[in-house]
Amino acid sequence: MTTTPAKDTAHTTAALALGDDALVLSHRLGEWAGHAPVLEEEVALANIALDLLGQARVLLSMAGDEDELAYLREERAFRNLQLVEQPNGDFAHTIVRQLYFSAHQYLLYTELASGDGPFAPLAGKAVKETSYHLDHAEQWTLRLGDGTDESHRRAQRAVDALWRYTGEMFQPVEGLDVDRAALETAWLERVTETLGRATLTVPDGSRTGAWAAGAGRQGLHTEPFGRMLAEMQHLHRSHPGATW
Amino acid sequence: MATAAARDTAGSQTYDVRHGAGDTAGHERAFDAAVAADERIEPRDWMPDAYRATLVRQIAQHAHSEIIGMQPEANWITRAPSLRRKAILMAKVQDEAGHGLYLYSAAETLGVGRDELLDKLHSGRQKYSSIFNYPTLTWADVGAIGWLVDGAAITNQVPLCRCSYGPYARAMVRICKEESFHQRQGYELLLALSRGTPEQHAMAQDAVDRWWWPSLMMFGPPDDESQHSAQSMAWKIKRHSNDELRQRFVDICVPQAASLGLTLPDPDLRWNEERGHHDFGAIDWTEFWDVLKGNGPCNEQRLTRRRQAHEEGAWVREAAAAHAAKHTNGETGATRA
Repeated sequence: MTTTPAKDTAHTTAALALGDDALVLSHRLGEWAGHAPVLEEEVALANIALDLLGQARVLLSMAGDEDELAYLREERAFRNLQLVEQPNGDFAHTIVRQLYFSAHQYLLYTELASGDGPFAPLAGKAVKETSYHLDHAEQWTLRLGDGTDESHRRAQRAVDALWRYTGEMFQPVEGLDVDRAALETAWLERVTETLGRATLTVPDGSRTGAWAAGAGRQGLHTEPFGRMLAEMQHLHRSHPGATW
Repeated sequence: MATAAARDTAGSQTYDVRHGAGDTAGHERAFDAAVAADERIEPRDWMPDAYRATLVRQIAQHAHSEIIGMQPEANWITRAPSLRRKAILMAKVQDEAGHGLYLYSAAETLGVGRDELLDKLHSGRQKYSSIFNYPTLTWADVGAIGWLVDGAAITNQVPLCRCSYGPYARAMVRICKEESFHQRQGYELLLALSRGTPEQHAMAQDAVDRWWWPSLMMFGPPDDESQHSAQSMAWKIKRHSNDELRQRFVDICVPQAASLGLTLPDPDLRWNEERGHHDFGAIDWTEFWDVLKGNGPCNEQRLTRRRQAHEEGAWVREAAAAHAAKHTNGETGATRA
């Protein structure tokens, strides 16, 4: 069963792309519950996950029925970035994934909030949340990068491993009227500055990975994603038509 | 316990809190008078060593229960069947971590550290509520935990808002507000299932059947077998006996089950006009003691997972400490080393 968005507006594609990013990353962060290294991080990671889930619900509702879109689409119909579907790995991996994504989301929502497009109301609220997420990720990047030898090594490994997924954030998305090149420049500046302060090296490798950049937006995902969806959708799909 | 009596007897407010230097009998009289007058004992007040030890044990085990209690529910976060339910569940598990934090802070006012208490949890020297050693097998279990387990917890904890130890009582005021919210959400989840498809209704009934008796066990052993009860009641840490609270809970649940359209799995459950309470069947205390001793369905799994999260997080905590040591002024720009 493949559900397609009910409302076909010019902004549906963009709402789905941004909504799927938030939905998928929220799910990954939800997997940390009960596993965090300190209690304060149980609270913080769940908090970020909840903010993202709230954003996802608003965005998916702009494109159709939030539950149908979340639970009844198959992997090839999801439009999220490959970055956000990456498994949690260790804490450094989760933090660097958050740093890359939150820096992008913060800059994007700041720009959207200042305009008068259909995403301005959501962006106005989300920019406050994402500035907190970015601060949290930056603080931890500093602690891990400039902490112990082990934490530095793990943080650098995460920085390198996830770098290839960052180019995709700056591919054009239909219905999202923003200056991609300016966004990319600002993102690189912010992330480079943070990594530098954290005594981490900015990778010089490609930022597009094995798939062409923009693959996630076309529904081309990495292998762990299908498994994530199987878990997320199983119960809902087992009871067609039920309400919860 | 900022009373005139306490100050007079102690002579000074800065006396040694652990060993009432000199006039122990005077301290004891002042402490007993404060408890009798329903005044709050505060961290810097003199208190009997046994009172302190009892509170450390009880508050720590309460904190541990919040932390271990995240696991059975977190088990369903990634499978929650709607985005609304997923958000509610995530918020609830987050609240539980927050409750753990309040409670460890309350315990720390008694002179123990959070690390020391976590170590006791991980090594099995301190316990957590036996209820969390039962598995969450279906989505309806999330609702049953909210309705029954949180309901039992609230029945237990509301009187603790008047507990004689100030920091614990104040933590409980905050916690009880959030717990009542969770309890209503659990009830509402079960109601949606009960009124849903036949499969959903059956799922709800099955969950209530499995969680009912363990929930009744949350009030602890019967009054005649409860080793700490009498002293805790004399100190006004506890306000009601285990059996009293259990009866109160049963009386609350019976009409709620009826309005949910679900039955409680007890053939002996019936209204007793004479007592003005519901009579109910015998609890399987063998199972209770067995679970408490570590032989419940999930004891091993819960503790292993908690230890694992702690051990796997060690390098993160070490990194934070090393970073803080390098940047003592809180600025994170330049390394001083």
